[in-house]
Amino acid sequence: MAKEKQTATVIRQECIATGIFSMWIDTSIADAAVPGQFISVYVNDASRLLPRPISICETEAHRLRIVYRIAGEGTGQLSQLRANDRISILGPLGNGFALHEDKAMLIGGGIGIPPMLFLAKNLKGEKEIVLGFRDELFLVDELKAYGNVTVATEDGSVGVKGTVMDAIREKQLSAHEIYACGPTPMLRAIKAYAAEQNIPAWVSMEERMACGVGACLGCVCTSTDIDAHSLVHNKRICADGPVFDAREVEI
Amino acid sequence: MNTQVTIAGVTFQNPVMTASGTFGSGMEYSEFVDLDRLGAVVTKGVSNVPWSGNPTPRVAETYGGMLNAIGLQNPGIDLFIKRDLAFLKDHRTRVIVNVCGKTVEDYLEVVEKLADQNVDMLEINVSCPNVKEGAIAFGQNADALYRITKAVKEKAKQPVIMKLSPNVTSIPEMARAAEAGGADAVSLINTLTSMKIDIHKRQFVLANKTGGLSGPAIKPVAVRMVYEAAHAIKIPVIGMGGIATAEDAIEFMMAGATAVAVGAMNFHDPHTTIKVIDGIEAFMQKEMIEDISSIIGCV
Repeated sequence: MAKEKQTATVIRQECIATGIFSMWIDTSIADAAVPGQFISVYVNDASRLLPRPISICETEAHRLRIVYRIAGEGTGQLSQLRANDRISILGPLGNGFALHEDKAMLIGGGIGIPPMLFLAKNLKGEKEIVLGFRDELFLVDELKAYGNVTVATEDGSVGVKGTVMDAIREKQLSAHEIYACGPTPMLRAIKAYAAEQNIPAWVSMEERMACGVGACLGCVCTSTDIDAHSLVHNKRICADGPVFDAREVEI
Repeated sequence: MNTQVTIAGVTFQNPVMTASGTFGSGMEYSEFVDLDRLGAVVTKGVSNVPWSGNPTPRVAETYGGMLNAIGLQNPGIDLFIKRDLAFLKDHRTRVIVNVCGKTVEDYLEVVEKLADQNVDMLEINVSCPNVKEGAIAFGQNADALYRITKAVKEKAKQPVIMKLSPNVTSIPEMARAAEAGGADAVSLINTLTSMKIDIHKRQFVLANKTGGLSGPAIKPVAVRMVYEAAHAIKIPVIGMGGIATAEDAIEFMMAGATAVAVGAMNFHDPHTTIKVIDGIEAFMQKEMIEDISSIIGCV
């Protein structure tokens, strides 16, 4: 019984872009977490049964930060929490990124950007950081401390107009390895790009979850290999992932 | 104070079980829960061969509950015996294996492979709303339910629980069919067939279009159905449907359930089962109840 759902204390919370919130939580989970893992966040409202899986943005001693987007009423309620409020959380969950020392490209799209900060702080090698936004930017300045940052926006208001892939090609960015988190179309493009470049890509996947611990089989993705849990082609994103070698999953 | 209950000659240290499909085989939850404290672990449904289940999204939240359309993904009986039952053998808790299939033969193959295993009871899943063949087809027709119950009972070495669907016109009729087929107990309710639509995307939230509704939202329906079943048959009833607290569990027992199972609330709080067990003991002390069996069907 190594893990428990815990009631932790909010240290502070702020809105860092339209609909995007940054929350620091005082919790022992911070000391066990590795980049790419997530926590289950429970809404203080019994009518909302399921936890919200939210990736860890960064940690300090006994402090953990999440940056999330308001996606509905549950996350809307979370965004109302203030310093000293209590929050129920479970974690750290999932496998996390394997940390290598080769020159890496960190690609984040939208609300897939926050885990890239935790990763950037822990990756030792040279880093190209590519960030895709719809329009409004967040976490860009914080990420600049850890590598060369290139920004793409859909509306072209900042950086390259278009997607992260447009930015990579236009700026002729390259690396020995890719780490990525973001929307499915972005991950699909990255999988194809990595195959074309013949370099490894580690992608963090997302799906609607229920238990968050690998028991309910709600959040599976299609895997190329037979999975160890059910002997079919379904890897559990919460327990076998969320990080996968792009070659082992269909995106 | 006695929290033990007995069903078909099998004694459980307390009446609190896990509802099939919400707890795996206990392995994942053993990080949170001392499995030895549970009345029983009821495993996720297992079939004769591996099943892939349905496309995603498979789960959705709704007010006070959730919809699921997992589609009974499971590794098949061979790996289940080698891995899941081997894991459970090292625990003191009772083991109830939930069995699913597309045909009567599928069910019987699993039941026969379990005959020599360390399993206390079988729960026959004839009520999953999320698979197209088998399963619920046996659970929505009294004759079909009677026949499959009889076929399973002829082969089974362990006592048999038939898990009933709430998606029927008459629960008493279905409960009586299971009893007539020789079932040793019935469990209910499985999930309620339901649907959720994303009005912005104008599409179904679940890839399967429909899913099974569970969670506190369904509890009053489940209590009513447990009451109806308990009054229609003489064999024991295991009650479930939205149990979140000890008070909920006690309500089911007063409606006529000999034991209860915690399902969707495991997702909300992995410690729910233990809290329910502790809460039942506290209630017994406060109300000076010597034997938990004394409250079964007391209303």
